[in-house]
Amino acid sequence: MVNQDKVLEIMVKIGEKIEEDKLFLTELDNVIGDGDHGINMARGFGDFISKVPDLQGKDIGAILKAAGMSLTMKVGGASGPLYGTAYLQAGKTAGDKTEIGIEDFIQILEAAIEGVKMRGKAVTGEKTMLDAMVPALDAIKEEYDASKDAKKALEAGLAAAKEGVEYTKTIIATKGRASYLGERSIGHQDPGATSFTEMLQVICENV
Amino acid sequence: MVGFVIVSHSEKLAEGVTDLTKMMAEDVPIAAAGGLPEGGFGTSFERIFDAVNSVYSDDGVIILMDMGSAVMTAEMVIEAMDGMKVVMADCPLVEGAVTATCDADSGMSLEEIMEDLSEVASQKKF
Repeated sequence: MVNQDKVLEIMVKIGEKIEEDKLFLTELDNVIGDGDHGINMARGFGDFISKVPDLQGKDIGAILKAAGMSLTMKVGGASGPLYGTAYLQAGKTAGDKTEIGIEDFIQILEAAIEGVKMRGKAVTGEKTMLDAMVPALDAIKEEYDASKDAKKALEAGLAAAKEGVEYTKTIIATKGRASYLGERSIGHQDPGATSFTEMLQVICENV
Repeated sequence: MVGFVIVSHSEKLAEGVTDLTKMMAEDVPIAAAGGLPEGGFGTSFERIFDAVNSVYSDDGVIILMDMGSAVMTAEMVIEAMDGMKVVMADCPLVEGAVTATCDADSGMSLEEIMEDLSEVASQKKF
């Protein structure tokens, strides 16, 4: 089980990871998008990190919703409403819990994915963050059902997310700014799928 | 009178479209919400939220926007304005803005303007 302090710590580490990789993520977006993904996400998480002192001792729902608000308010690109909605929905699902296990995490990730689908009117196979999120969720569920081992399940999820990022290189973007490039988007990985995979990696390394 | 908000990734574009509507519909409440408060391209929840409030009346507000995050962020602003009469129109930004503000100037309701805007996308230029 992971308590609220640990969730807050992980969220800060996710923010630090995004800050660290902002130029890499922006570079990916430069190639097939409008070149703002990393810098925008770093601005959103920077705002979240500035609110951390007020979030000490708060329930997990409040922590995730605060991240959702920061991303919605401060990002400025498509990842703002998308990740914003994902974290807001995740927070709604976590509710007033102060401790979560893998089964809760599965529900939280499911809610986040539904949020992204609703906001982006997107499905898998369109070269978006969903191409990492959905396989990750499926793999986590499958591994947990088989082994009942939370750590193994998260690792399976991370491996699937990474495969998902690779898969985005092989397909044409049909959503978002990259869709204007048509076939020229082939060969390049999706920045949103990449940033999601980085988030999941931080979670994996810290539970 | 119905009010309008023009959302664009570009501050200049949002202001330009807003200015253009003044040529024919000078008295229609319209606000630009383009770019990010710290400068640069993007769409800002706060700018859109403040712009809607600045032109809001009981007659309602129609948001017109460019693509991607402009659409999604406008959608989130509308969700945050629970109970207020705010809608977004799916139409070409420039033609839609000119059509809609002329409509508002002639006293049309939000519903009538939205009906008119639904036809703007199919209008041919030549």
